[in-house]
Parts: sequence; structure tokens; C-alpha cells
Amino acid sequence: MDTQIFSILLEDGIASGAIYALLALTMVLVFATTRILFVSQGEFVTFSGLSFASFQLGIAPQIVWLLAVLALVVTALEVVSALRLGQGKRVPWLVAIHLALPLAVVGACLWLAPLKPPVLVQAALSVALVTALGPAVYRLAFEPVANASVRTLFVIAIALHFILQGFGLLFFGAEGYRVDPLIDLDVSLGATVLKGQAMLVLATLAVLTAALYVFFEYTLLGKALRATAINRIGARIVGIKTPLAGRIAFTMSAFIGAIAGILAVGSTTLYYDSGFLIGLKAVLGAICGAMLSYPLAIAGAIGVGILETFSAFWVSAYTEAVVFSALIPVLLWLSLYAMPSEEGQEL
Amino acid sequence: MLALETRGLTVGYGKANVLHGIDVAVGEGAIVSLIGPNGAGKTTMLMALMGLLKSGGEVRYFGEIIRNVDVEDRVARGLCLVPERRELFGDMTVGDNLALGRFSGWLKGDRDFKATLDDVFQRFPRLLERLSKNASTLSGGERQMLALGRALMSRPKVLMLDEPSLGLAPLMVREIFRIIADLRKTGVSILLIEQNARAALEIADYGYVLENGAITLEGPAQELAGNPRIVDTYLGRRQSAAE
Amino acid sequence: MSVRALIVAAALLLIGPWLLPPFYITLANYVGLASIVVLGLVLLGGAGGLMSFGQAAFVGIGAYTTAYLSIAYNLSPWLSLFVGLAVTGGAALLLGALTLRLTGHYLPIGTLGWSVSIYYVFANIEALGKHDGLSDIPPLTAFGFSLQSSNAFFYLIWIVALLALVSINNILDSRFGRAVRSGGRTTPMAEALGVNTARVSMTIFIYCALLASVSGWLYAHFMRFVNPTPFGLGTSIEYFFMAVIGGATSAWGAIVGAGFYIIGKQWLQTLIPAFTGRVGQYDVIVFGLIVIAILHYARQGLVPSLALLLPRKAGGRVAHHVVGSAEPLAHRDKPQPGTKLLQIDRMEKRFGGLAAVNGVSFDIQAGEIMALIGPNGAGKTTMFNLITGVIPKTAGRISFAGHSLDGLGSRQVMERGITRTFQHALLRPHMSVLENVALGAHTRGRSGLIAAALRLERKEEARLLAEAKKQLERVGLGDQFDAAADSLPLGKQRLIEIARALASDPLLLLLDEPAAGLRYEEKVALAKLLDNLRTEGMTLLLVEHDMDFVMNLVDRVVVMDFGEKIAEGKPDEIQTNPKVIEAYLGSVDECSPLKHAV
Repeated sequence: MDTQIFSILLEDGIASGAIYALLALTMVLVFATTRILFVSQGEFVTFSGLSFASFQLGIAPQIVWLLAVLALVVTALEVVSALRLGQGKRVPWLVAIHLALPLAVVGACLWLAPLKPPVLVQAALSVALVTALGPAVYRLAFEPVANASVRTLFVIAIALHFILQGFGLLFFGAEGYRVDPLIDLDVSLGATVLKGQAMLVLATLAVLTAALYVFFEYTLLGKALRATAINRIGARIVGIKTPLAGRIAFTMSAFIGAIAGILAVGSTTLYYDSGFLIGLKAVLGAICGAMLSYPLAIAGAIGVGILETFSAFWVSAYTEAVVFSALIPVLLWLSLYAMPSEEGQEL
Repeated sequence: MLALETRGLTVGYGKANVLHGIDVAVGEGAIVSLIGPNGAGKTTMLMALMGLLKSGGEVRYFGEIIRNVDVEDRVARGLCLVPERRELFGDMTVGDNLALGRFSGWLKGDRDFKATLDDVFQRFPRLLERLSKNASTLSGGERQMLALGRALMSRPKVLMLDEPSLGLAPLMVREIFRIIADLRKTGVSILLIEQNARAALEIADYGYVLENGAITLEGPAQELAGNPRIVDTYLGRRQSAAE
Repeated sequence: MSVRALIVAAALLLIGPWLLPPFYITLANYVGLASIVVLGLVLLGGAGGLMSFGQAAFVGIGAYTTAYLSIAYNLSPWLSLFVGLAVTGGAALLLGALTLRLTGHYLPIGTLGWSVSIYYVFANIEALGKHDGLSDIPPLTAFGFSLQSSNAFFYLIWIVALLALVSINNILDSRFGRAVRSGGRTTPMAEALGVNTARVSMTIFIYCALLASVSGWLYAHFMRFVNPTPFGLGTSIEYFFMAVIGGATSAWGAIVGAGFYIIGKQWLQTLIPAFTGRVGQYDVIVFGLIVIAILHYARQGLVPSLALLLPRKAGGRVAHHVVGSAEPLAHRDKPQPGTKLLQIDRMEKRFGGLAAVNGVSFDIQAGEIMALIGPNGAGKTTMFNLITGVIPKTAGRISFAGHSLDGLGSRQVMERGITRTFQHALLRPHMSVLENVALGAHTRGRSGLIAAALRLERKEEARLLAEAKKQLERVGLGDQFDAAADSLPLGKQRLIEIARALASDPLLLLLDEPAAGLRYEEKVALAKLLDNLRTEGMTLLLVEHDMDFVMNLVDRVVVMDFGEKIAEGKPDEIQTNPKVIEAYLGSVDECSPLKHAV
């Protein structure tokens, strides 16, 4: 292999790794705040990527109906529980947050899609659509059992994968989609060519990482989320609601997943069932940081991307097998260096 | 009006009851101590009052039954717990820990953060010195100060303290009790749980003895402190203290 | 397990092929094949607390091995079965070695990754026919009969499934099964009672992989065709969901779950296109919702949840033990009273910068009761954990009956004759009182999984249960051994813990706050019990807060404060020791009640 091919592969690998890194970041975030190993996050990626592709064809993605139904159910549950606790005053606020807001997104999608708005508007609509799904999914699937064991939450995450993938097939069909890259601009730097799309992915990763850093370090809400991760009981007794932390975490997870979807569908063909493997690769990256460390999760995820690109070049049929076999050395490393369970640990 | 009152409070783990019908009352602005041996159910009782454990019976907070109120909403209403294990945010700075103590007030839209913080620093100048240190690096006494400081950040109406002297050196124990006694001036009501029976009764107005999940004795703190049975049970005696 | 239920099941199976239309016989065959796999998950997950999303891959190994060997080498399927089992066992051993040491979420993730990998391996190996798979697999023949028909296979599959069911039930009701159900690494209790939790986890992981492999072997010769699709991650998840739906704590749950899922899926795949006009795997939405609903509202799964609706047995009974008389177990000789049994020399433990135990030394003599007292946070429980090897010490030496205990883990310490109880009685809530106590006698038996599955260990089992019953009678609970352990009040739970510790035949018994939370009469009874144990030659060390209890019972006292030993001596010496008074009161005071007390 000459250096040119090497550098091309490396660039591709880093670009796809950066997408996994975005997801790995939120995996760690969601796990830390809610103890949910949210393997079905990849479904947000496909939902957003395929919605974006749908907008490009001038069609409103049918997934808006899923959002509409979920918003109705969530609102009904919230209003009933508020009334039961005698908190009637909160009802208008609840309706605004849980119903009006998502329905506004649904309306905007239905209205704007046939008008073929500019690409950035299409991307924004797709991201808004998927982001609104995040807290609704948390509210319905996880919140009622927020204190269950890690294993129970994990099984629910897997079941969600089944459900969301089924809806993916229902709303997007079995066909794959790919769109033109958002930036079709290549910059030559000596022998290497920097692809605009790859640069965009890396820039997004950098910006979102910085934004997350600022959020967690300098805002009280961010600190509250970190506090929930560090000490659940401590967080509760200063008044941080675990459900609130969960909803914020899932909103961020869906938002970042959606952005990853917009980026991914510009460089690879997405199918309704592509999400799970993408999500699992992000988990792989996150595991490199033992589900704890953000920098290691990013590094691990980029490593997964590079490994994937190179094995696709050498043994293309075995790509997935190679990538997931990489779990073995990672687990070996963890089992040698990470201390086995301290007493009384869950699971 | 009573700040906090329980009637027939019961708590069970699994199928075994740990508390069997507790009646306790804390008057507004009063300090009430609850003493008892390890395993009597003291911590369980505070967890239940905070809403961290399911309980039976009645809990009234300023006259209102708070059975259906979440932990977080109890905090927002001014009920505050300093737990036995402190439950600090170890990997965060002292400043962040204190800031988060104000979280429920911040959610409600209160913006008097600075004044509250100044008040806490006045009580615990030590915390100001350690402001940017991680909570996990603090000594035992400093941790207890931080836990108390974090609780005060929420401007509580009722403060529940679970063994504040636990694991502290004698000098620090005295300091902590001085601070608690000093809180009386702010008008906060305090429910204090202690094994250090003597010190706890010294600063209290009223006292209860919890044994085997039931209140076995109660009375004005001064009376309890002189009660021979308390003396026997909590400080040891050669001949059996059987009734 | 109820033998009646088994007979009814066997009878149903016998007449099944005459009652069912052919299509349903094929469906029943699928249910049976899946049941064999899901039964493994009951042992692994429901009892052992381990999650695997890799079972379909093990099925695939069994199926592909026999398919390849019988086509390429004309090997008899009966031989290739064993080759398949060997390959599966090796894979499970490797995967288990990598993931079982890690906690929590790594096993499910490791098996998820493994499932994805192996699928692509099946789908890309030339010799295995790549994505097309292998066809024309020879049928099974036995004693000259060809087992080609669906009916013949029905019997074969269901005989295997019932054998798997019986084996799982036998295993759960045995010494090995109690170790599986002991909570493993989630609790310090299992290792402290001598259970080799790592080995137990590995054994059940391999056993359930082997069950999957057998199912794969049956599948290959039943379908006579294999391709990678049914061995992918999706199927692994489906097996897991069957266990969740049916109820992973019950062997019958496995069969109910498999039946519910497979028959339900069949219906959905006919119904959904009929109503919506769309073809596709939409049944996954329904099953995903069902699993979430089960986890929200009936977390134990269908069978255990429905069983709860039946009238409850009186007194929280969860078992019906018949304990006959059996030859008593061998026991250790008690050391000569007065000799030094345990010697602790400058023990030290630091957590970060904090010295929880700082240079503590003391000895315990055989046949005495010693108390370790001190204010809360003095380091007493840490001391217990150091002696029993639950946590490693920072410095110091410790020896027991003349042998060093340095560097030993809690299981090895226990095997040398030191057994402990825990501050919060750590009993297994879903096991009966007798089973909890029999867990204590774990190290006095030897039988493992195979002996249990085949019921070759009944003699040993009878001796273990008889020992457990004897110890329960010794602590005065001889009439309650069928009850669920968590249905009893705290005082009795503490007694069960002591009985469990006694069942391990210890030389030194460590009790962590045995009197905490007990009523007065219970304390008196406990003191009498401990006194009797001393008379019989037992040595005891106890951490206790109740001074009354301590001072009237023990021979000697060690007082700790801030991680250091501040006093040692007879109870009356301790009560007048100014250092002790200061530790308890914060300062020496003129009107110290301690002084009045003596």
C-alpha cells in the first residue's frame, strides 16, 4: 500500500470514526446520567438521515406521525398525573412543552417539505424532528422504571431497537438512501486531498465537544447532570429530578444522533436497519473509555472508524467481523486493568 | 404550627417491618433529637421522611400531608436532609457542590444565590478556603461542613441531620454541634439523629428514643438526659438493664 | 419441581402429533428448538444473573459443524454432534474468559459483538457456502429408522427439550444450583461462603452454550439446510426476549416464552399483511412493546407473575423440603482452648489518604468470645473485611491456627475455617430458609453441575440438607425451613445467617453486629446461643454496639477509635478506661455515666 492510499483511507476512517465519536460521547453522557446503555441510539441516526433524504425528494418523512402520536400519549400521561397530584395549574405548561412544541415541528415538516426549502432548512427540520423524539422515548420507555437495574434498562434499550427499527421500515421502506455531501469542496494539501465533508464532520465533532464541555463545566444545569451521574442520592436531595436529567440526556442524545445522521447520509448509504450497527460501533468506542471517560470514548470511536475503513480495504467481506472482534482485545485490556466488581455492585 | 409531624409511620424492607408506627413531632423553630442504638431504624426513618423510601402512615409538613410529594418537590418546599453518608459530589469542587445546593431554588427562579452563599461562608469560613478543591479531597470534618453548607444553600425550613458527628474527632464534633445550635437563630426547625446521645440532647428542646423500630421514650431534652435508663442503655453498665 | 407437571407434559407430547395439524407440528418443533436454547438462558440469566445475547451464534456453531462434517466428510451426525459441542464449548470458554471477569454490561455487549462477528464469518466462508449456506444435509437415522418426518422429529426435539428442562430443574435444586443462585459477584456473601463465583459463572455459561449447540444440531438435520440468517444477532435477541416474556426465573417460563413468541410471531406475520397490506418484519414492533410492557408491569415475566395470582401458600412458604436423616458430614477438630487461634499484627488499611485501620494488633484465643467495639466509623467493619479477605490490606500480618492468611481472598480465608456474617443480613430473598443455610455448607460438598443434572449427588445433597436442618434447629428455627428467607423478621434473619455460618463448620465465627435491631427477648436468646457455642468450643469475634449485650457476654474486648486500637482487656477494665470513656463521650466528664455504672 502506498502512502497516498494510506492517507485516503486514514482520512475516510477518521471521518467515519468522528461520526461514531459523536454517538460515543452521548452514550457516555446517557449512561452516566441514567445508567442506560442506550444501544438503540443509532436509530436516531437513521431516522434523521432518512428524513433528510426524504426532504431532498420534496416529501415530508412519514415519521412525523410517530412523533405526533408519541407527543399525544406523553401529554395525556403528564396531564393525568398532574391532575391526580392536584397540580392543575401546570396543565397549560405541560401541553405547551409536550404537545404544542412537537406538533409545531410536525406542522413545519408537513408544510415546508413540498416547498423544497434550502438544504440547511431541510437538515434543521430533520434534526428538530428527531430531537423531539428523544425525550418522548425516554418518558415512555424508561422513566416509569428509572430506578430499575442496569440490566433491565439495557433490555428495554434493546427492545426499543426492535420497535424503532420496525418503525424505520414502516416509514422509510427497505430502500437505501444517500444524498449529496453538504460540502462538495475538496482542498488539496500537497499530495493529500482534504474532503470537505470529512472536514465538516470533524468540525462538527470539535464544536459539539466544546459545547458539551462548556455545558458541563459552566452551567448549573450541566453541573446538575454531572452531579446525577456522580451521586444519584446526593442529586435527589438537592432537588435534581432524575426524570429531568434523563429527559435532558435523551434530548441531547437524539439531537447529536440526528446531526450524525445528517452527516452520515452524505457519505454513505443508509438503510432503515443501518442504525443498530452504527450504534454498536459507538458503544465499542465508548467501552474503550470504560463508559466513563469522554476523551477515551472519542479516541476509541475514531479508532473503530479507522479499523473499519482499513479492513474494508483489505478484507471487505469480513469488515464487520473484524471490527467487532476488536472487542476482544478491548475487553481483555479492561479485564486485566479495570478492577472487577467492588462489593455490592448492581447487576 | 408543627413543622413536621408523623403519625403511625411504618417502613418495611421486603416483608419485614423496620419501623412500626412512629409518632414524632417537630415544632417550628425547634431542635428535636432522636437517639437510639445502631439498627434501631433512625436512618430509615429520615429516608422515609425525605421520600427516598416508601412508607405507611401519615407525614405532615406544616400541616399538609406530603405522601404523594416527590423527594425533589419536598426539597423545593424546604425540607432538607443531610444524610449519614453525606452524599457529596466527590469529583466536583466545593463551589460546585454549594452551587448545586441552590438547584431547586434556581429551578423556581430564585436568583438570591450570592447572598445565600455569603451566609454559608460566614458560618463555614473553611469552605471559602477550599472553594476550588474537589469534595473528595476534603477531610471528614470539612465534608460534614460542606454537606451542611450545601443543605443550607437550599434555605431549608426543616433540616434533618443524620449523625452529623459520625466519624469526627472530638474537637470537630463540638464545632459541628456549636454550628447546629447556632442555626436556631435562623428559625429553621431541626430534626437531629445521633448516637452521641449526650451532645444531641444538650442542644435540643425535645428528645425521642428510638429502639427496635419504635419510640420507647420521649420528653423534654433536659429530662431525658437525666433519665437513668438512657444513661444505662447508651453508655453501658455491668448489670443488665432489663426492665 | 412438580413431577406431576412433567408427567402431564410428557403425556401431551405423546399424543400431540395426533391432535395437531401438520403445520402446527412444525411450529411445535420450532418452539421445542427455541425452548432448548431459552432453558439455558433461565439458568444463566434467571438464576445466575448473567445476560447473553450470543445464544444464536452457539446454535449456529452446532448447526454449521454438523452440516459441514456430514456433507463434506460424510461423518455420522451422531459423531458431528460431539464435534459441534466441543467447538461450541471452546468458543464459550474463550468468550467467557474475556467477559465474565468484568462486571455488569460487558457480558451482554461482548456477546452482542460476538453475535455480529460470527454472523459475518458464517456468511463469508467459502466452505460454508457463504450467504447461501449449505443444503442437502443428510437426515438423522437411528437404529435403521430414518427420522425424516416432522412427526418423528417432534418426538426427538421434545424429548431433548424435556431432558433439558429436567436437567435445569435438577441443577437449580442442588448444591451447585444454590451456588448459581447465590448472587455471585454482586454480593460479597457468595465468596465469603466459599463459592467460587468465577468458576460457577463459567460453568453455566458453557452449559447453556452447549444446550444451544444441541438445538443447532437438531435444527440442521430437521431443516436439512442452513444459512447464516437464523444465527445472527436478531435471533439472539429473540431468544432473550422469549426468556424475558416467559419469565427467566422459571424453567417452565422458558417453554411458555418460546411458545408465546414463536406462535405469536407466526400469527402476526399472517395478520399484519392481511390488515395493512404491507409485508415486512413489523412483528418486531409488537414484541418490542410486549417486552417493555412486561418489564414495566410484570418484571418477572409471564409464568412467575401468573403464579403469584394463585392462592399463596401459608406462611410465605416457597419450598417443600423433605429432609430425612443422613450420615452427618465430617467436621474439623476444634483447637485446644486457650491456644492462640488468630493473630493480627500491625494491620493497616488506607483508602486514599484516609487510614481506616491504622496499626491494630490483637490475638484471639481458641474458645473465647471477643468483642470489637468503638464509635461509628472507628474501623471495625473494615477490620472484619480485612480479616476475612474481602478487601486487601495495606500492611500488616495475619495468621490463623499457625498459618499465614496474608494475600488470601475471602473464599480461601473461609476454607481455612473463618466464617462471617454481615451487618445487613445478606440472605438470598427468593431461596427458602433451608436453602440459604445449606449454602453455608457449600464447601463441605463436592458435586458440580453434571452430577446435579443427572441426580448423582442425592446422597451428598441429603447430608448437606440434614446439616442445614441441624444448624437451623440449633438456632431455634427448626420449624421454618420452607419459608422464603425475606418473609421473616430481621431478628430471625440474623439467626439464619448465624445458622448458615455454622453450617460451614468454622473454627472462628465473626459476627457483624448480631444484636442490632433485635428485641430484648431476642437479644437474650442470642446471648444464650453464643454462650452455648463457646461451651462447645467455638471461638467468636463480634462487632457490637449494644454495650449491655457485649459486657455481659464476652471474655475480652478490643476498643477501636479512628482506626486505632485504644484499649484491650476484660469488660470491667474497659468500662473504667478513661480513653474509652473519652472516645464515647467526646471528653472526660465529671458526671460520666460510665463511672456511675461500674
